[in-house]
Amino acid sequence: MASKELNSTDFIQHHLQNLTFGECSDGKWRFADHHINIGKAHTEHKTDKDYTCDVKEMGFNAIHVDTMVMSLLLGGIVSFLFWSIARKASATNPSKLQNAFEYVIDFVRGAVNDTFEPKGNKIIGPLALTSISWILLMNLMDLLPVDLIPWIANGFQSSVNYGPVHYFKVLPVADINAPAGMALGIAIMIHYYSIKNKGVGGFLAELTLQPLGKWALPFNMIVEIPGFYAKQAALGLRLYGNLFAGEMIFILIALLFGSFFESIAGFMWGALGILLHLGWAIFHILIIALQAYVFMILTVVFLNQAHEAHH
Amino acid sequence: MNFNFTLIGQLLAFILFVWFCMRYVWPPMLQILEEREKEVADGLEAASRGRRELEEANTQRDAIVDEAKKEAADLVSQAGQRANQMVEDAKSQAQEEADRIKTSAKADLDQAAKKAREEIRAEVSALVVAGAEKILGSEIDQEKNAEIIEEISKEL
Repeated sequence: MASKELNSTDFIQHHLQNLTFGECSDGKWRFADHHINIGKAHTEHKTDKDYTCDVKEMGFNAIHVDTMVMSLLLGGIVSFLFWSIARKASATNPSKLQNAFEYVIDFVRGAVNDTFEPKGNKIIGPLALTSISWILLMNLMDLLPVDLIPWIANGFQSSVNYGPVHYFKVLPVADINAPAGMALGIAIMIHYYSIKNKGVGGFLAELTLQPLGKWALPFNMIVEIPGFYAKQAALGLRLYGNLFAGEMIFILIALLFGSFFESIAGFMWGALGILLHLGWAIFHILIIALQAYVFMILTVVFLNQAHEAHH
Repeated sequence: MNFNFTLIGQLLAFILFVWFCMRYVWPPMLQILEEREKEVADGLEAASRGRRELEEANTQRDAIVDEAKKEAADLVSQAGQRANQMVEDAKSQAQEEADRIKTSAKADLDQAAKKAREEIRAEVSALVVAGAEKILGSEIDQEKNAEIIEEISKEL
């Protein structure tokens, strides 16, 4: 929490730091300095060492453990829930849970059938269902109080102190890697289906021979190629941006609780913070659901475009 | 925005979950939805078939009822005719019987009257003879006067 030892900037930066496991300067894979303070890892950052284990130096060779744990956990929960419903599902005597799930499936199927022209594709339905349910659950983590899980992970103490798990970002989608990873998967599928349905020539022709014909090829490339890749990048960035911004607002509001028990003024700020938090949370629920829906719909739309020869 | 290996991890996780959904969740649920849709369609079809059959049965029933009514009416009218016939027959039979009885009674009566007349005639003729005998005071020769007596008794 923001206290005398930890100013606002530190508080914000602390909440934006992922729990990182990566390649240290001696070539070995460890948790970054101070990220985990248990056992050997705890002593390593204190003793003198001839290597550094700074997040900045790890570059690409690092893994955000909190993002992976949270996303796999949430994805696992969704998958297990769906699997357990599907396993016991019955056409004549559905359980209440099955009814609810069937409503979700009908919703996804309706959205897919409305926008996705080619029939008989076995991937698009499960892809859309997984996208919306997984992203929705990950987005919902935004509604947890920003300090709750980090506080527990840090051994029930303020982030001023070095607890067992010093950094833990609960919201996987506020880490660019999660939405970008999904968008990368979609991008691979877009390329695969484009080339499968239109051939390499057809795919390249779409990027170079339109809108103005072959005599304006450079112009066509300038128009089409950035557009083609921007929409795929934007698929991930849109989700990331919305949820990161929402998380940022929650962090800023959380700053108001800093001196809740210390003075009358601090108490008043805290009370204001509670109201703001409530208001923003109610508004943010809309974004949480909307962004999950938008990701699903755009996925379906882009894959549909990869199937149809347009222009 | 620090990209790192997490990107690949997330990509693999995404593929894993989509694969799982594609393998274990989507097909059974879709099969159940299709089964249910088919069942509902079958049910609706059965309902419309049932309605159609009901209509047919209704028309058939109406026809049968109409026929039965007609038959019943025929039977009633036949029975009426028959009853009339029987009454007529009985009447005419009774009439015949009555006539026969009347005739035989008349015949008996005639017979009896004739017999009585004969007897009376015989008695009268005897009385006449006896009276004549007494009047004449003499015996009349029966044989001689037989013709006269006969004549008289015939006149009676």
